[in-house]
Amino acid sequence: MTLTPEDIAAIWLSLKVALTATALALPFGFAIAWLIVFRRFRGKVVLEVLINLPLTLPPVVIGFFLLLLLGKNGWIGKLLDASGIPIIFTWKAAVIASATVGFPLLVRSIRLGMESIDQQLIEASRSLGAAWYDTLATIILPLSLRGIMAGSSLMFARSLGEFGATIIVAGNIPGITQTIPLAIYDYASSPSSVTMALSLCMVSVIISVVVLIVHELLGKKLHRRSAL
Amino acid sequence: MNLRIDAEKKQGSFLLQVNADVSGERIGIFGRSGSGKSTLVHLISGLLEPDRGEIYLNDECLFSSAKCVNLSPERRRIAIVFQQAMLFPHLSVKANLLYGYRRCRAENRNIKPETLITILKLQPLMQRGVHNLSGGEKQRVALGRAVLANPRLLLMDEPLSALDDTLRFQIIPYLKSVSEEFGIPYLFISHSILEMQLMAERIVVIKNGSLAETTTPDQLARTSMAQSPKGYLNLLHLADPVQNNGLYAYPWGHNTLLISDGEAKGKSLFELSSRDIILFKQHPEAISARNLLECTVTELFRSDVRVGVVLSANGEKFVAEIVRSAAEDLNITTGSTLFAAIKASSFRKLG
Repeated sequence: MTLTPEDIAAIWLSLKVALTATALALPFGFAIAWLIVFRRFRGKVVLEVLINLPLTLPPVVIGFFLLLLLGKNGWIGKLLDASGIPIIFTWKAAVIASATVGFPLLVRSIRLGMESIDQQLIEASRSLGAAWYDTLATIILPLSLRGIMAGSSLMFARSLGEFGATIIVAGNIPGITQTIPLAIYDYASSPSSVTMALSLCMVSVIISVVVLIVHELLGKKLHRRSAL
Repeated sequence: MNLRIDAEKKQGSFLLQVNADVSGERIGIFGRSGSGKSTLVHLISGLLEPDRGEIYLNDECLFSSAKCVNLSPERRRIAIVFQQAMLFPHLSVKANLLYGYRRCRAENRNIKPETLITILKLQPLMQRGVHNLSGGEKQRVALGRAVLANPRLLLMDEPLSALDDTLRFQIIPYLKSVSEEFGIPYLFISHSILEMQLMAERIVVIKNGSLAETTTPDQLARTSMAQSPKGYLNLLHLADPVQNNGLYAYPWGHNTLLISDGEAKGKSLFELSSRDIILFKQHPEAISARNLLECTVTELFRSDVRVGVVLSANGEKFVAEIVRSAAEDLNITTGSTLFAAIKASSFRKLG
């Protein structure tokens, strides 16, 4: 297996983008899941549809929408441009693309975790003197840890594989915005680079296996802890 | 404790409409399942908001739609003991017990954890995980957790329903003792007349979402006698028996009762169904039943097609049940003398 310095940069960038996207999405994912599971409000269905939309939309479409939003003439793009923060064609755009595409997976897992909490545990906590935010921190958060872990690893894995939205908003610039899938795409288009493509594929497989193992181990540990 | 509630709550097609004013330390809320008892618990504790109305606890307004008051559950200081123990699975027994205590203001902390742990005999459980407790132990910890929150009122929402008979009667003394020991009034919610007889002094009966009547446990047991499969349950607190030919001879006032299912030492609680008592106008010559008590009829009451006969045997009262035609045949009136025959096996030990 041979890896060029560009390949190594792509691996690091992939990990950095996936990790940042997951970390950035986590608090929002938790808050949205909590809103959907525990709060009653108008327009809940609309929110659910919006959250889940990236799951069914082609990633290219999401990338295009993001480009419209973050581009020089987009609503957010204009503001960012005025503040001197470039987004499009930087690694930050790759983070936003990954976060948007992986977000529904994260919310779904956390939601499943929260829905499995017995409502009476929450009622017990409230009647014992805990305010809603106290119950959120001491009961809901620890009891949905498995869902949070599952959601995070799913989102991390999805971010590693993100291609369609990323190539539109971040481009495919080696060393700057080129992640593993984009690099493989480059190699695959030239017949002489099959071995190079295969090397990166191997790296992808290794990272995925490690993510899955960590996910399983953490899941088991949490299960053991709650069974003690 | 005084609880005034005049509230309405619609849930789907079910409408709860309660207007009650009850005072006392041990109040029972009785109703069949689906009558609205649980909704009432939720309204009182603040876990559910009434559509309109008001709720006052000891003259403090907990909810009033007119005054726009709705105290949040954590500020009401009303702790709940649920049907299932509902211990927090990620916390230890100790952390569960102290959950409410830690959130209670210092000036309200009248009950100390050490005292409660002793009374509920929780010491051996402290180091165990909540998953390694039996059903009864879990319920004891849940009770302790609720009491340690130093509530003004304890809501016991069918706390015995999930337990088997043996455990149920082991837990009852704990439920009563914590309330008496620490002076916490309680609302005891149940669909069991027997539990009402054991736990409550006044009873609010809920039927189809509204208040049917306010009554006493004895009155409730009397009116439900005909519908209840076991009739009227006589509860006898007996102690220190003498063993006699494989039976236990318990003193009961100036009488002696022979019971098969006794306990060699200490106090026991027995139930005796009104349907297990046979009445004779004259002294029967020879019968197989081991208990024959000469009694005076002190009162007669009707429950549907049946007649309840309140008897006094040397001052100890109990209720027997006969059909109306039998009452007419025997010509039973207040003051008549009857002989009550009870088999030694008819007494069921509860705890």
